[in-house]
Parts: sequence; C-alpha cells; structure tokens
Amino acid sequence: MGNWFTENGPLLGLALLDGIASAALIFMVAVGLNLVFGVLRVLNVAHGSLFAIGAYAAASVGFFAASAGLPAWASLPALLFAAMLVGLVLGPLIERLLLRRIYDEEPVLQLLVTFALFMILEDAQKLVWGVQPVSFSTPVSLMGTVDVPFGTDVIPYNTYQVILLPAVAVVTLVGLAIFLRRTLTGRVILAVTMDREAATAMGIDARKVFLLTFTFGAMLAALGGALSTPTSSLVPGIGASTIVLSFAVVATAGLGQIEGAALTALMIGIGRSIAVTFYPELEVVVPYIIMVAVLLVRPQGLFGVVETRRV
Amino acid sequence: MTLRRIELLLALLGAGALVLAAMTTPWLKFVLTIALAKGIAVLGIMLLLRAGQVSFGHALYVALGAYAVAFLAPVLPDAALLLPAAALTTAVVGTLIGLFVSRYREIFFGMLNLALSMVFYSMLEKFYHYTKGTDGIRVPPLTVAGLELDRVTHEWTIFGIALALALGFGAFARVYLASPMGQALTAIKTRETRLDFMGVSARSVLLAAYVLSATMAGCAGALIAMATRHVTPLLSYWTASGELVFIAILGGAGGVLGPFLGAVTYELVRVYAAATVADMWQMILGAVLLLVILFARGGIWGLLALRLQRRGAA
Repeated sequence: MGNWFTENGPLLGLALLDGIASAALIFMVAVGLNLVFGVLRVLNVAHGSLFAIGAYAAASVGFFAASAGLPAWASLPALLFAAMLVGLVLGPLIERLLLRRIYDEEPVLQLLVTFALFMILEDAQKLVWGVQPVSFSTPVSLMGTVDVPFGTDVIPYNTYQVILLPAVAVVTLVGLAIFLRRTLTGRVILAVTMDREAATAMGIDARKVFLLTFTFGAMLAALGGALSTPTSSLVPGIGASTIVLSFAVVATAGLGQIEGAALTALMIGIGRSIAVTFYPELEVVVPYIIMVAVLLVRPQGLFGVVETRRV
Repeated sequence: MTLRRIELLLALLGAGALVLAAMTTPWLKFVLTIALAKGIAVLGIMLLLRAGQVSFGHALYVALGAYAVAFLAPVLPDAALLLPAAALTTAVVGTLIGLFVSRYREIFFGMLNLALSMVFYSMLEKFYHYTKGTDGIRVPPLTVAGLELDRVTHEWTIFGIALALALGFGAFARVYLASPMGQALTAIKTRETRLDFMGVSARSVLLAAYVLSATMAGCAGALIAMATRHVTPLLSYWTASGELVFIAILGGAGGVLGPFLGAVTYELVRVYAAATVADMWQMILGAVLLLVILFARGGIWGLLALRLQRRGAA
C-alpha cells in the first residue's frame, strides 16, 4: 500500500482536484434541481437542457465580448451575464406557459411534460449552436495555474478549476442557506416547501413563489453550464448526461436536501474522477454504483426523511 | 357489439390491412415490421403506465434483446432459437433490475431506469473489444427453423413473426390486465397503500409487470436486429426510450390496440417527415407529446374508443 502511494501519489492528488472541480459544477446543477423539486414538487427533466443552453450561451457571449474588443478579464462577467440571461428568459417562460398547467396533475404526467420539454430544448440547442464541438477557454488561460501541495508532491493545477469553481459553489451553498433561513422571501419559500396548503392558508401566494423558485433554479442550472464552458468542449448530449448525473446526486442525497447535495456532489465527483484516472472504463458507471449502493441501504437517500404514506 | 369484440375485430382488420399494405408496397414491409416490433415494446410501457409509472429507460431492454441476437447469431444462427434466447436474456436482466427499481415509484422509477439505460449505452460504446463501439455489429444471415431463406422470404418471415408476436402479446396483455394481477396493477396508480392493507404485495405486482415489459422490449429488440441486420448502441440511447414513451402516449394507454396504432402512425410519419425535418425531429415529437398530454389525453385509441362508444350508445 505504501509503495502504491509513492508511485501513484501525484496521480491521486490530481484525481482529487479533478473531483473537487467537477463536484462544484455538479452541485450547482443538482442544488437547482433539488430546490425546484422541493417547492414545485415537479422533477424538471429539462433542467439538464438549461445547463447546456447556459453553457452554449456563455460561449457565444464570450466570443462576442472578445470580438467586440473587450479585455480578456471581461470574459468572466460575460459568463455570469449569459447565465443570468438564460435563466431570466427561459425560467419564467417555462413556468408560466407550461408548468403552471400541470401542478395538480398526477406525477407521471408532470414527468412526461418536462420530458417533452427536454426533447424540445435539446433540438432547439442543436439548431442554434449546431453539432460541432464548441470551446471557449479564455478564463482558464487568463487565471493561470497554482501549485497545490499534496503530501510531498506539488501539483500544478489551473486556478480556475481549483479555486474559482469551488469558491462559487461554497458561496452558492452558504448564500442559499442564509437566504432560505434568514430572509423573508427565503422563509416563504421554505414554508411552501414544507406544507403548501398551510402556507397558502397563511396568505402566501404560492404561484409567485413557484415562479420565483423556478427562475432561480433555471439561473443556477445555466450558471453551472456557463462555469463549465471554459473547462470542457461543448457537444450535443451534455444536457442528457447532466440531468442524469445531477439526478443521481439528488437521489443519493435525498430529495429536497441542500447541504446533503453538496456532500453527495463531492462524493460522486471525486469517485468519478478517481475512476477516470485509474479505471477509465468505469467512468460513467461509478456515480450510479454509488447511488444504487446508497439507495439499497437507505431508499430515502443519505439525508432524506421518510414521508408518511397516505391511505 | 361490446367494446371487447370491437377491439378483437379491429385487431384482425388491422392485421389484414398491414399484410395488404406490405404486399402492395414492398418497401412498406420493412417499415411495418419495425412498427410492429416497437408496438410490442410500447405494449410493455403501457403495462407500466397502467400502474402510474413511466420508464425513461426501456430502450435498454430493446438494445439488450438486439445485442443478444447479434452476439448469439454466430453460434446459434436460427431465428427460431434466437428469439426465445433474447426473450430469456431480457427477462433475467429485467428481473434483476426490476428487484431494485420496483422499490421506487414515479420520479425515482422513471429516472433510475433512465440512468441505467445511459450506463448501458456508454458501456456498449466503451467496451469496443466486445461491442465494436458505435460501429455496431452486423447480424449474419439467419435461418428460420432450419430453413435457408432467400432475402424476400426472409423479410416476409420476420414480418410474419412480428405480426404473430404482436397479436399474441396483445391478446396476452388484454387477459393480463383483466386478471387479478392486472387489476392490482391499476390499483398501484389509484392508491397503493390500500393494496398493501389487503395483503397484496404491490412490489411483486409491479415487478411482474416490469419483467413482462422488459421481455416484450427484448423481443422487440430481437425483431429489430433481425430486420435491420445491424445493431448499434444508439438503440439504447435516451432518445430511443423517449420515442417509446412518446408512442405510448400518442397511441393511448387505454387499450392494447393503442401501442400498435401509435407505433404504425409514428413509423409512417417518420418515413416521410424525418428526412425533411431531421434536425427538428425530437422537437416536433416533444411538441406533439405536449399537445397530446394537454388536450387529447387518451391518445389515438382514446379518440377512437370515444367515437365507438358514442355510436354504441346512439
């Protein structure tokens, strides 16, 4: 074992850093999915498409900023701007036109409706941005690398992934926790999550809360996409793999859990990057092995609460 | 005439019409074989829909059936043996996966199936040594019950098998849904807890339906592999699962004819439309799916049954 460590130490360190970077992105998407589910009680299958559209939009805005002669540092705010735009435009549109009609329907129909939306958005994205890989990596090269000490080794890693992404994820996590527990709007959202009927009876306008939460969730998904743009090349199909992966996180953590989602994202992100480094064939399978293993022992997820059944 | 008799009559008339269409327009034979195969897979989706569950991953079993044929064909080059082998493979895998997913309902049920099918897809893609990756595997020419057939006879035979299986599975699904097992299945949708209180295990009721649906999808996959003579990982991609769900909703889950009405309509439209609007195909499917769910929930069969009942009442 000791021998293995001295040989593979740097590789393991690299895998851990990769894992943390990807966990940060997975968390951004999963937390939005979770929040929307908690409030609307609708699992938005199209959440992955919002991630993909955010990513492509960020690349477009980034290229536009570059061609307009803006300095390189402007590419970062450009990413943020793109994500906000996607969330603010698509979020209310989807909630108002589509989801509002199906809140009282049975779960299977709600799933089908968001799945239909997913089919539509996947093609819309291909029509707008084509099927050729798109990549925009200015922010990564801009921020350079940083030397991360790992045991006796030093691993150079790009600053964008090892500092900026985790920082954004932590800020989102802490910000969300404070927002939900300390502000009035946040508490209203929590109240609707816990008991929609009682909250409505207290005079809360649930429809407004739904709109707000869905838009916010869409922005988080798009932001996750925008942040992923500089580190990966965008191809059709990222929407599908994103929704499945973030669902795996949400299911493992337990539906409606936010802090739990952060921990699970870290677990799955690191698990996957270790697999990528040491057993590349298993890359796609690892998140689901973790999920299935957890669900076999705790069907409600690691941090989930068992709901009482109605007779 | 009762609706039941009308259904039987319609099924026979429909089968006759399909044979006639395949005779008059030879290229339709292939399209209709695929349509019948998909109809069989969708019949399984419909069983699950009766329980209020939707699987976004049943293309996994279609692909499994197809790859079972492709892998076994070199050692077992006969359609009459390959079809049961594919059915058995998918039934076994369906039982194993079913033991896990039958613990879950609705969102979890749908998404776990989706996740498993995505895993299967990437395994087919990545284990190049065994599966030849995205290139797929060619299925060698097959004999049927020991007979060497020329191309046209072979096509007719596969078409015939598909039609016979469609009628057989359709009749079986009818009987199954009317049986206590089938009634319990619909009770899962209305109020599962009450089922448990009656001493019926909802989990095994759902598991039985799940294994049936997996087997049907496996047979569909085997038929597709025999008709197209080429299998690729795309058979298990999420769009293929989405297609099955789409056909189920389009055709209507109210009767066993729904899946086949949906599948034939879908394949015929696809032949003409998909080439011209290939870039927007998923988008159009999604939009039609939304329209059916929001405005014509019973699907094609629902609209048809409504007509028939009105006429019966008048």
